[in-house]
Amino acid sequence: MTAPVLADALGPRGRRRSLIASVVSTVVIVVLVAVALKRFSDKGQFASAKWKPFTNWPTLKFLLGGMGNTVKAAVVAMALAGALGSLLALGRLAHNLVIRNVAGVYVEVFRGVPLLLLMFFSAHGLPRLHVHLAIFWYVVLALVAYNGAVLGEIFRAGILSLDPGQSEAASAIGLSYWQAMFLVIIPQAFRRMIPAIVSQLVTLLKDTSLGFVVTYEEFLRRGEIAGEFGKNLLQTYIVVAAAYLVVNVALSQTARRLEVRQRTRYSAGAIRVAGIEDLAVVNAHGEAAVAPT
Amino acid sequence: MTLSVVFDNLGRFGHGMWVTVELTLLGFALAFVIGIVVAACRVSPVPPLRLAGTLYVEVFRNIPLIVLFVLFFFGFPKLGIRYSPFVSSVIVLSVYTGAFVGETVRAGINTVAKGQAEAARSIGLTFTQLLRIVVLPQALRSVVAPLGNLFIALVKNSSIAYTISVVELTGVADRLTTETAKPIAVFSGAFVAYLILTIPSGYVLGIVERRVAFKR
Repeated sequence: MTAPVLADALGPRGRRRSLIASVVSTVVIVVLVAVALKRFSDKGQFASAKWKPFTNWPTLKFLLGGMGNTVKAAVVAMALAGALGSLLALGRLAHNLVIRNVAGVYVEVFRGVPLLLLMFFSAHGLPRLHVHLAIFWYVVLALVAYNGAVLGEIFRAGILSLDPGQSEAASAIGLSYWQAMFLVIIPQAFRRMIPAIVSQLVTLLKDTSLGFVVTYEEFLRRGEIAGEFGKNLLQTYIVVAAAYLVVNVALSQTARRLEVRQRTRYSAGAIRVAGIEDLAVVNAHGEAAVAPT
Repeated sequence: MTLSVVFDNLGRFGHGMWVTVELTLLGFALAFVIGIVVAACRVSPVPPLRLAGTLYVEVFRNIPLIVLFVLFFFGFPKLGIRYSPFVSSVIVLSVYTGAFVGETVRAGINTVAKGQAEAARSIGLTFTQLLRIVVLPQALRSVVAPLGNLFIALVKNSSIAYTISVVELTGVADRLTTETAKPIAVFSGAFVAYLILTIPSGYVLGIVERRVAFKR
């Protein structure tokens, strides 16, 4: 834990007060936890029958399968969104006015609407347009449409964060635009983008749970099914939430570590990821801002 | 495909937009209060409060919003905790967004020069006075833009309330898609409606940011 920024080196009175506040707040927290636990036991939610299903393999296997489906959708969506994002970033930086505007409009449209709306459009709208796919692909499609736009902005910010001297030097030694892009700009920009990309992966993993609303059997949907079946909905949702917490904290830590390594290894910093996890808005200066999605 | 579906249902779109606005404004107001408290806890000299603040942020930032929604609305009634869909949505949205606001405000506090806090303490202010009178007013000014992004994200996140049957903008769009079988027209309408909500927010934010900026 980091040292408190506002109160280093307390005096004797400050230490006494801080001690009293510590004791009081600890008591308050313990009481709150005790009240919550009592509520659980009063309503019979600690009954072993409610928690037992998590110790038997078929239930666990069912839930883990859901986690597997979540990861599968997230990985496929991430790969495709990466491809789409690259095209969009190159498009927005292109010299051609039409390409630049098309890419710009795409990014603005798909970043401006809720992912859930895209999910519904994909799963309930596309069949009306005679596009019939497996539910998995409706979910992936919505995730790609949205995250492609977000990743496109990350890539663009990464490329723009490089010193213009790099592309000038590349032209000076006679490289064409594309040669300069692929040999000089992108390899450097990519390194800076890695932490932001990992953060976006965490967001995408969280967002995959929206597949729930269109009955894709991801982790949360499997949790609901298992909970209805075992008559322990509350407990199952708690387990689902805890599992998400563990996985996402681990991934976020990785992102943070990558960012620190970036800072120390290369003198040029990574694109800053404010708040580390949720990066949705990156402006042209490579400054990232927090935004949960 | 015609856009007449949208114009024939302007009333429903309008109503959906209004619900989205209500969710967003109420949610953000509460999230702001939660965020300030969490940030204050995280910089306080009291270790248990620091720990509680950190746990709050880590827990609510890392669990998907929709999981919180179903846990609260379908799980908590088993504990006798039961609210209407709208109230539940406001609670869940503000608890979730509060974690992000807390993180943002803390970042703002870190930008305030250390001398400010030292000066305040040397004239004998207590920790809460120091935070309230000296540090927070300066910290909040520097995080207007990130807070604005959180606000716009909340406009979009409020759509998840539809999962627990609050028919806001996304809900209206989904129902109209099913009823009229004209997804592209309905989607375009919903997109414009979201733009109508987010673009003025961005504009107002720009004004606020300029107003509160330090004159240097």
